Amino acid sequence: MLIYTFRRLLISIPTLLFIAFVIFMLLELAPGDPMAQMPLTIPPEVKEKMRIALGLGEPWYVRFPLWLKQFFIVEPQYWIDSAFGTNFADGKQRIISFQSRSPVFDVIAQRLPQTLWVVGMSYVVGVLIALPIGIISAYRQYSVFDQAGTFVSMIGFSVPPFFSGVLLIVIFSVQLGWLPSIYDTTLVVRDWATFKQQLMQMVMPVMVLALQTTATVSRYMRASMLDNLSQDYVRTARAKGMTESVVVMKHVLRNSMIPVVTVIALGIPAIFGGAIITEQIFKVNGLGQLLILALQGSDIPMVMTITFLLAVLIVFMNLIADVLYGILDPRIRYE
Amino acid sequence: MSDLTQPVIATPAPAKIRSQWWDVWAQFRTHKGAVFGLGFLIFITLFVAIGPWLWTVEPGKLDIRNKDVRPIYQVLFDSNAKVSWNHPMGTDNLGRDIMANIMQGGRISLAVGWTAMILAVFIGTLVGVLAGYFRKADGLLMRFTDLVLALPLLPLLLVMMLLFRDPLRASFGPENGIFILIVVGIGITSWMQTARIVRGDVMALKEREFVLAARSIGTPSRRIITRHLLPNVLSPIMVSATLGLATAIITESALSFLGLGFPSDFPTWGKILFDSVDRMTAFPERVIWPGLAISLTVLAVNYIGDGLRDALDPKIRGL
Repeated sequence: MLIYTFRRLLISIPTLLFIAFVIFMLLELAPGDPMAQMPLTIPPEVKEKMRIALGLGEPWYVRFPLWLKQFFIVEPQYWIDSAFGTNFADGKQRIISFQSRSPVFDVIAQRLPQTLWVVGMSYVVGVLIALPIGIISAYRQYSVFDQAGTFVSMIGFSVPPFFSGVLLIVIFSVQLGWLPSIYDTTLVVRDWATFKQQLMQMVMPVMVLALQTTATVSRYMRASMLDNLSQDYVRTARAKGMTESVVVMKHVLRNSMIPVVTVIALGIPAIFGGAIITEQIFKVNGLGQLLILALQGSDIPMVMTITFLLAVLIVFMNLIADVLYGILDPRIRYE
Repeated sequence: MSDLTQPVIATPAPAKIRSQWWDVWAQFRTHKGAVFGLGFLIFITLFVAIGPWLWTVEPGKLDIRNKDVRPIYQVLFDSNAKVSWNHPMGTDNLGRDIMANIMQGGRISLAVGWTAMILAVFIGTLVGVLAGYFRKADGLLMRFTDLVLALPLLPLLLVMMLLFRDPLRASFGPENGIFILIVVGIGITSWMQTARIVRGDVMALKEREFVLAARSIGTPSRRIITRHLLPNVLSPIMVSATLGLATAIITESALSFLGLGFPSDFPTWGKILFDSVDRMTAFPERVIWPGLAISLTVLAVNYIGDGLRDALDPKIRGL
């Protein structure tokens, strides 16, 4: 298992390099120019100097390895320096945003907590709702609960987040006035009142994202439970005289969780993508909004770095899903 | 379709000779959600296709005197509401008729959805069949598929929209350029699932006796694929096509919603929704009409996919 994990880690290095190359070339070949927004009165020779100052003077085969070096060597050095007070980085050039002229990772570090709060919370809530729905739906197949659960998951699949979010705002903020429609990130939780405020503003974005998670996970949970409920070992367990709750919650549930756990791991990158839209609706200043702003401002280093971080997340979660599968199901042996 | 009548599995001879597709339809009809979905899809297609001929208001026509007309049912709650039978769904802040816009927007949204889905299914089937049938191509093509699956697709799609918008607009005109860009963008980012499913099925099928028989009488690979393999993988392709249509419609609306889709004078459902969000406190209906149109269409397509999956599976058909 350890050898398998190690080999997968090695394979993921060329994968990530290829993905970085694709993203880089897409940004490189595209005709968009970061200088397009500059006033026309700037003389051409000054413009050329500005391009060189932005690091655009070199050809791509110089800049791509440079970006890789900055991402994989220089930035970790800065992390180590700030964590342990060492001086590995020694003032080397970091990845700088075109828009704010500050290091890209500093901006990302400012934005990350908001996204992690909303996305992480919604994922936990979504999974917690989905598991019981899936279990009960499968145990009472074709009952009213099952029909309703299937319908809800169908709605979760079909209603896009930009409509469910807007609909929630119309109902709960506009008509009823219960919840705030804008996520206030400057809010600091100090006492009970601010905690309640934080809770209120998180309800809607979390529910919108959780609906998507619930739809996917509950469907897989139901299908997986149904597969296992008709197996021979369930009949054996019942024949031994075990109570129904032990049969379902111990025997069947444990075996059904194997594919579901991998689905949960694989869904994490997707929900970060979904957060781009949700953050736009609820005006959360997280990573998704940062990406949109960077795109609109042709901030190439920022777009490149955020997109690549998402790719790293996808590759990493795929790896975790595969390894988890092997740990949870001892019958699966990777050679 | 006569060559499709060969049964996938050996079935006991029915009392009456019926075609396979008749069986599929009979099974499909027992799925209530699927029938409802098909009905709604036909309704919405007719609504956007024939609607503009019956409802001859021009979607882009500005009528500033009749701006901010509320939908007609608003009179039930508020007798002073500004309503008019000339604009049953109301008008927007520039006096453009919302019903005409929904029709026009639906045409674009559905056209984008269908074209992108066909493109994605075509690429997916091509890659899947090639990888499944030719062992030499398998490793390379599947590694490529895995690589594309590991790309963060929504951000890349956004990047593509932003960067290639202007040159395509310059060479194909504002509407066609964006249409091509969105269709190609969605198409080349959503073929991977189809490719994987088709590859798996083709790999299993090509070891079966009927393919061996075909090969033993000297059928070339091209014919084996088109005559024997493709008809047998048609059902998973059709199911993934319905899912592809649903995702294509949602992706197009999401792009428009993020402000990176069609230009603003060119309505699609996602664009109308996006334009109305700023004023949704006063006019919630402007958000709800396009949102409902997207959601119900996608729901209908998903139900059709569910019904098709059941109907095309010979193991459960006739139960």
